Amino acid sequence: MAPPDTPPTAPIELGEDGLTPEDLARPGTLGGIPMPESEPDSTFGQYLTAWAKRIRYGESGILPVVAGLIVLIIIFQVQDSVFLSAGNLTNLLVQGSVFVLLGMAEVWVLILGEIDLSVGYNAGVGAVITAILAGPPHNLPWWVAILAGTAACASFGALWGVLVIRLRLPSFVVTLAGLLGLEGVVLYLVSTNGTGGTIRITNNVLLDITNGNLSPAAGWIVAVIAIVLFAVLTIAHDLRRRRGGLVAPPMAITLVKVAFVAAATVALVLICNTNRGELITLEGVPYVVLIIAGFLVLYTFMLSRTRFGRYLYAIGGNAEAARRGGVSLGWNRLWAFTLTGFTGGAAGIIYASRLGSISNNIDGGTLVLYAVAAAVIGGASLFGGRGKMIYPVLGGLVIATIYNGMGLLGLAASYQYMVTALVLLAAVTIDALARRGRTSA
Amino acid sequence: MSLTEERRATGDPGESAQQPLLSLRGIRKNFGAVQALRGVDLDIMPGKIAALVGDNGAGKSTLIKTIAGIWPPSAGELLWEGRPVTIRSPREADNLGIATVYQDLALCDNLDIVQNMFLGHELLSRRLLDETKMEKRAKETLSDLAVTTVSSVRQLVGSLSGGQRQSVAVARAVMREARLVIMDEPTAALGVSQTAQVLDLIRRLGDRGIAVLLISHNLTDVFSVADSLAVLYLGKLVSSGSISDYDTQKAVEIITTGASGGPASQGRERTLPAD
Repeated sequence: MAPPDTPPTAPIELGEDGLTPEDLARPGTLGGIPMPESEPDSTFGQYLTAWAKRIRYGESGILPVVAGLIVLIIIFQVQDSVFLSAGNLTNLLVQGSVFVLLGMAEVWVLILGEIDLSVGYNAGVGAVITAILAGPPHNLPWWVAILAGTAACASFGALWGVLVIRLRLPSFVVTLAGLLGLEGVVLYLVSTNGTGGTIRITNNVLLDITNGNLSPAAGWIVAVIAIVLFAVLTIAHDLRRRRGGLVAPPMAITLVKVAFVAAATVALVLICNTNRGELITLEGVPYVVLIIAGFLVLYTFMLSRTRFGRYLYAIGGNAEAARRGGVSLGWNRLWAFTLTGFTGGAAGIIYASRLGSISNNIDGGTLVLYAVAAAVIGGASLFGGRGKMIYPVLGGLVIATIYNGMGLLGLAASYQYMVTALVLLAAVTIDALARRGRTSA
Repeated sequence: MSLTEERRATGDPGESAQQPLLSLRGIRKNFGAVQALRGVDLDIMPGKIAALVGDNGAGKSTLIKTIAGIWPPSAGELLWEGRPVTIRSPREADNLGIATVYQDLALCDNLDIVQNMFLGHELLSRRLLDETKMEKRAKETLSDLAVTTVSSVRQLVGSLSGGQRQSVAVARAVMREARLVIMDEPTAALGVSQTAQVLDLIRRLGDRGIAVLLISHNLTDVFSVADSLAVLYLGKLVSSGSISDYDTQKAVEIITTGASGGPASQGRERTLPAD
């Protein structure tokens, strides 16, 4: 379900050095070279060259993380053939969903160049409130509980936003206070509402988020709808550009892209639809995969197609430029902080659903570091202005792969942390080197 | 009548040919006890390039910020096509048709050319960004201004040269239908061919009937493009007139000594370091 990217247009190679003012003064020409009225569509080869050039200039996008993920998968499969079994891969997707969603939460503020350290415990707060309201004695409907839980998380996010924006406090410190304070809130709520430091989840819908599956037939129907929608939207986008006389990627590239997304979706459904139960039949795409896909599509849409998304990138890139352009810095930043809180709450509910309970030993401090790591491994920048929602999906999968693969190999948690640290360092190093290439080029 | 409507309503070229587009009358600006501007009178004609020069601290930046709506003047009057106006914010300046291209350009490196040109004024269709329309209009504006050195309008602004960045900033102002473009040191830190490119762009703005207020330290650039010259000295406008009334030497002398020109004043303040 990769989002349709802005297609790189094939550059017409024109230098600007060695020109006399007379050359430059001639309108519509450059050094005597007439400019084409409209740029023709680039060919397949030109397109690949342009792409390679973008990578050299540090706009590598998702390439390094996809390559890293493939390397990790090969290593773990060689070490233990269970790794690529349908059961384990499905398990991995469910394990990764919490990291992925927490990473998505973090991307909203990372784009602004801010950070939210409280998102791990905010997830805990969302999970605890949802668990309390959906369980006895309240027994509220599952959706009321989820709404209340995520609304509480969103308002904590908004509170950090107000403190950062109105009082001009650094988000690092505000949300560090949030981390400590919300850990306290989680402990308080669990001790006053739970038994033995745990609140059990009894609501079946909440449990089904991570433990329930689509029927195999439903999985295929959803997959076909998703592929057709993606193909239609991508091709319509290209056609609209061509009709407007703008450069569009060659049809071959578009078809390759659609084919790739279709193959990935089919592979996902095939894996999930394989019976992975031992005593009973267990098959189908877990609901949580669909939920993550929904968040990915919605958030990608918000970032790339709405004015709000555009303004977040502008503020993260150069807040003063955005302000002079008439962009409201306050409101846009406030919404980003709120969305971080809201998404964190959703991640917390998924976390609790997987464990079947929420306890007072939830490690929100580690969760937030995984959230930032997922976003950064995927390619988001801590300095603002750069980040897409597909990044934490891939970064979260990398973390889940390490977590899952090393677990299969029976390696202690100590190794998992160390390897995750190395991958995170590798990710930022690749990014830094690629960008150094851009400035020196 | 809103400011935007006012801009649309006043477009008679025959009338505005004689009338100044913007007139400053006795503009003063105090920062506490410091008098940054001490009564400035200046007329900016449509389609003409007015150069504003002066030494550091003469009040050039304060003056353009007054016009751009960043610091409203402490006293004095602004006349836009003969009508008194107050400009209290950049948004109000924008509504009148005044665009400022600052020295630091105010561009987002992480956005592409189209996104920068429309920043804050995006075109929408059904409440979503209309990328196709924006890209077309950006390309049209750039080619109208004969900015042909950028290979793709979807290039990130961070990858552009100084001259190209300047072109994008100017093109943004033109696309917003600015009638007065204020440019603060547009050629500082540019190479020879890029400077030529930007000066050429400034001339083309004049040809399109857009007034330009050019702030520059580089007198060679000023003399090659400007139609008129105004010299600020310690917050006062000490000399102004057609560019043909000046030569570089005379301009330097007025800038450094504040002497209001003419042979009579030449011997008087020779003690100041003029060279």
